[in-house]
Amino acid sequence: MSIDYEIVVGLEVHVELATRSKIFCGCSTQFGAEPNTQVCPVCLGLPGTLPVLNREVLNLAIRAALALNCELAEHTKFDRKNYFYLDSPKAYQISQFDMPLAKNGYLDITSPNGAVRRIGITRVHMEEDAGKLLHAGQGGQIGNATSSLADYNRTGVPLIEIVSEPDLRTPEEAYLYLTGLKEILEFSKISDCNMEEGSLRCDANISVRPLGQAALGTKAELKNMNSFKNVRAGVEYEAKRQIRLLNEGGRVVQETRAWDAEKGVTRSMRSKEEAHDYRYFPEPDLPMILLTADMVETVRETLPELPQAKRVRFQTQYGLNEYDAGVLTATSELAEYFEAAAMGTNPKAVCNWLTVELLGRLNVEGKTIAESPVKPGQLNALVKLIESGELSGKLGKQVFAEMAEKGEAPQVVVKRLGLAQISDVDSLKKIVMDVLAANPGPVAEYRGGKAATLGFLVGQIMKVSRGQANPQKVNQLLREELEP
Amino acid sequence: MPEITRETVQKIARLANLNLTGVEQDTYAGQLEKILEYVHKLNQLDTTGVPQTSHALPLQDVWREDVVTPSLDRDEVLAEAPDPSGGCFRVPRIIE
Repeated sequence: MSIDYEIVVGLEVHVELATRSKIFCGCSTQFGAEPNTQVCPVCLGLPGTLPVLNREVLNLAIRAALALNCELAEHTKFDRKNYFYLDSPKAYQISQFDMPLAKNGYLDITSPNGAVRRIGITRVHMEEDAGKLLHAGQGGQIGNATSSLADYNRTGVPLIEIVSEPDLRTPEEAYLYLTGLKEILEFSKISDCNMEEGSLRCDANISVRPLGQAALGTKAELKNMNSFKNVRAGVEYEAKRQIRLLNEGGRVVQETRAWDAEKGVTRSMRSKEEAHDYRYFPEPDLPMILLTADMVETVRETLPELPQAKRVRFQTQYGLNEYDAGVLTATSELAEYFEAAAMGTNPKAVCNWLTVELLGRLNVEGKTIAESPVKPGQLNALVKLIESGELSGKLGKQVFAEMAEKGEAPQVVVKRLGLAQISDVDSLKKIVMDVLAANPGPVAEYRGGKAATLGFLVGQIMKVSRGQANPQKVNQLLREELEP
Repeated sequence: MPEITRETVQKIARLANLNLTGVEQDTYAGQLEKILEYVHKLNQLDTTGVPQTSHALPLQDVWREDVVTPSLDRDEVLAEAPDPSGGCFRVPRIIE
């Protein structure tokens, strides 16, 4: 008979912080530069150099810890993690070992069925990134390489490592955790989270155990998953592999495995010659950091409203439905755009113009909201013109098209095209009288009791005024003229 | 029974990428043993109420602002590299 197994997953996520310069020196962190053009004696690990911590790294790391509901340490320090590999010219990585910046946080994930699960965050710590290696030879695979090339531009780029508790139970939960984490980090402007540029990387610790058993099974560490979908697929495959192994009477070996996205399998990575023995010790070149309550509070004040809270507020404050609130809070840029555009006018109308007209157009043109030709103040002005009756909704679309085309303010477009709604009584009265004079038949019909003829007359007036006559006022004037 | 055996020295040397002769291993084993004895002596001190110390200097909170400064010229970076290629440091294949 077969046993039911439970999957247990913990994730280690490395996130590149959005700083201009590296963690311990002033070299640029800009992605995509020519190899070895963003290096200096400090990040090359030349003898006699001293690292100095970038203050912004600490700020962003504290912000991340707060956004993930962590307890911040009072004292925190850096340690050296010693290992010999080409990606680290110093032969050690400056990281944090026994006194990390923050511990014991959590992230709530919501399943598609609406159930909320709280996933523990073990720790958040700061560290430096390693260099990039290219393995020259067949297929860029390390095993076939004839030589390796080292580019140290990435060496010393600031990272935080976020370690979760083994609280995730399905591949889908791992996926939801990562998307939730990414959303928070992007919103808080802690990282750009660009997966293609390696700003967010994830390793997974995966084990299985018979359902109901408290003790954890032997885990495998899975690497090389360069997208959230790959994490989901990799976790799923690896868990199935372990269950199959156990069902066949085998046993799981603790090892590092790599996800092969092309073949859709995990395979054992050649284990390093030495077992993990990094001989951590306190980094003597970097003094201890004392986190005062003041410092933490200053950062807390810069912490923006997080996506979950924003979605709820958009529904209560602006009266939007859940769907629209979700669309508008997809990125912090879009949410900011909406709030600026909705200021002092009808938020639902702004939401419609934004989600239907503007986003539709931007999607077609492959542009982001930041690249929008229509600025928030201009959309705001357009909605105000419509709401005040100075512009009809139909003409509004024409004005919007011109705005998007030429980047002009709505008032400018209205003036240029002569589209302003005619609301002043004298001008309207003249049009009304002209139309009545030109249509004696329908006028007689109306007076004879055929009320529906009024619609025809209104239509004629709108036609003559090229849609610019204010319909309410036209109705009012017509009745005044036609009533005995 | 000494705490630092020849095997301990061999392991530490391997982790530090050092090749030591048998004589050197014995020498260092003896020296490390003495250092450890001294540390054990320190352990006898009553340190109740003394906070843990990880750094010798009473410094804290030393940092720099997030400002980009010029990097080195690449020719200078690679000047001492024995086999540069395409702006990178080239080394023989890593895995045997």
